[in-house]
Amino acid sequence: MKVIKANQLTKVYNESKIPVTALSGVDIEISEGEFTAIVGPSGSGKSTLLNIIGGLDNPTSGYIEVGGLDISTLSENQLIDFRMNNIGFVFQSYNLIPVLTAKENVTFILLLQKKSKQEMNARAEELLNKVGLGDRMNNRPNELSGGQQQRVAVARALASKPKFILADEPTANLDSVSTANLLDLMAEMNATEKATFVFSTHDQRVIDKARRVITLEDGKIKSDEIKS
Amino acid sequence: MYFKLAWRNIWRNKRRTWITVAAIGFAVFFSSFMKSAQLGSYERMIDNVARFFTGYAQVHALGYWDDKTLDFSFEANEDLIHTVRKSAHVEVAAPRIESFALASFVNQTKGSLVLGIDPEAENQLTKLKSKLVAGDYLEADDKAVLIGEGLASYLKMDVGDTLVMISTGFHGVNAAGKYVVKGLVKFPTPDMNNQIIYLPLREAQWFYGAENRLTNIAMIVDQVDNTNMVVDKLKSELDTEIYEIMGWEELLPELVESIELDYVGGLIMRYILYTVIAFGIFGTFLMMVNERKYEFGIMMAVGMHRYSLQIVVFMETILIAITGTIMGILVSLPLIVYFYFNPIYFTGEYATMFESYGMEPIMPFSMDSEIFTGQGTAVLIIASILALYPLFAIFRLKINQAIRG
Ligand SMILES: Nc1ncnc2c1ncn2[C@@H]1O[C@H](COP(=O)(O)OP(=O)(O)O)[C@@H](O)[C@H]1O
Ligand SMILES: [Mg+2]
Repeated sequence: MKVIKANQLTKVYNESKIPVTALSGVDIEISEGEFTAIVGPSGSGKSTLLNIIGGLDNPTSGYIEVGGLDISTLSENQLIDFRMNNIGFVFQSYNLIPVLTAKENVTFILLLQKKSKQEMNARAEELLNKVGLGDRMNNRPNELSGGQQQRVAVARALASKPKFILADEPTANLDSVSTANLLDLMAEMNATEKATFVFSTHDQRVIDKARRVITLEDGKIKSDEIKS
Repeated sequence: MYFKLAWRNIWRNKRRTWITVAAIGFAVFFSSFMKSAQLGSYERMIDNVARFFTGYAQVHALGYWDDKTLDFSFEANEDLIHTVRKSAHVEVAAPRIESFALASFVNQTKGSLVLGIDPEAENQLTKLKSKLVAGDYLEADDKAVLIGEGLASYLKMDVGDTLVMISTGFHGVNAAGKYVVKGLVKFPTPDMNNQIIYLPLREAQWFYGAENRLTNIAMIVDQVDNTNMVVDKLKSELDTEIYEIMGWEELLPELVESIELDYVGGLIMRYILYTVIAFGIFGTFLMMVNERKYEFGIMMAVGMHRYSLQIVVFMETILIAITGTIMGILVSLPLIVYFYFNPIYFTGEYATMFESYGMEPIMPFSMDSEIFTGQGTAVLIIASILALYPLFAIFRLKINQAIRG
């Protein structure tokens, strides 16, 4: 089933004197359960595409449907709730709220969803154990390594059992061991948590782990390859 | 949860938070301290002049205050004095005859203020006996005077010397008399110290040819703030075609004016202080928002509503403001209490400077609770207004820009 449909997406930034076309005429369809990498050099439009899919930005023109919903029709507050319930985000770095512990960062989402205390604690502990940080639950982000922080971010992204995980260059600031570990973790979560993963990268080791690779160049899709 | 976030965020940058708290605390402290000194000096001035000279309120014959002559004196009548004394909140009422005279001794002459008094009532009213620095206090049937210490030194006379007084009496009669100086009184305000002469009431009436007449009945009210109430009450009880009743604000317009002027001066000082502090607070709030835009973006991306974020940040700013305000009060309170009981006395050059302005060389303090509530709320209001900036910044935050870092 197609859970993300983008049709002729175009994004032009008009903030400076010269308008910047970040995306032009992008068509994408992503099915449930995919583990897909958006690849391309810096400035090719990866973040813009992920932000539009995640409802963090609007396209200048074109159609975008996520989880069967035309998200361009949602108000800001509806969009926030939509994100909270359906999408988990992992960003490049500084994902976590610095004043909260690892566990509190995970429960933060569940608090926003007004889950019960027991449910929150159980889910946070389960996820942190899954990402291998059962013993670092009460540490603040600055007491964790970059790789550990990204693992907490993955746990947080999964906390609300979202349908999608959008990860924008999640390994950009990690060494190769941490990169490999994080990717293995993401693949595992993709299987066990049944979430669709879309992540951007320009790291060949990450690309190798993806099951589908969409390559962007200058805001256009250059290739779309599904590995067997 | 929001509170936990806000509280921890405040202590993220401990040094900045402490500096801001200290700046707010200093503003509250300094403005409270200044205001306390101001109000203290007003209370003292009112006390010195009203409490120890004019009384908080006076009854005169209608027209006397505009034209302070004996022609506007009135018949002393027991009923009248009784009515005044019985009036609620009136603690003491003393009959007086007040006029001017030229006072001389040997080669020196000086215009002076003559007050005919009932020695006992006057002592209750103004604690005159306690002002005695030499000689003895007056008795009702004495034919002697008490004079200001400053006047005595100007005339180069001492207790036991004889003072010659010349004046014009009731209906223009000539008034002249010789009186032995029975005692010297010292007043903090130079104006009084340098020209006052006290005579027993009956002697003064005889001197001015105004048998059984008074120019005023001065009274002390239990609390300064009740003065207007007493004045209104007496106005309804006495015949206002014959008498005029005035409170100290009407009796001492120059005092009221100088207090008002000084008050405005203090207000301007405080506004300047507040403005300076406000810029400091604003700077902190500005940094708090700008360095956290990325974080705000992330929080909103993962599902936090804009208004929730605003609540958290508003709590942070208000917590800082309240902490600073409480600190300011905690520091100033003991200090003000100390100085209230131990006012600063100036000596030497400063004392001379104060006295040359006709002021007493002392810096008293007030403990009026309004000082703290007033300064505290002012600073809190300023901080709350400044706290609107972070709210506005969050309102305008665009997630896609914020998370691009
Ligand atoms: N908010 C923005 N304002 C202006 N230009 C932007 C903005 N976001 C992205 N761009 C521009 O759009 C283009 C694509 O950026 P981006 O999507 O971040 O690429 P990538 O993530 O592949 O590096 C770049 O040229 C970038 O400078
Ligand atoms: Mg990018």
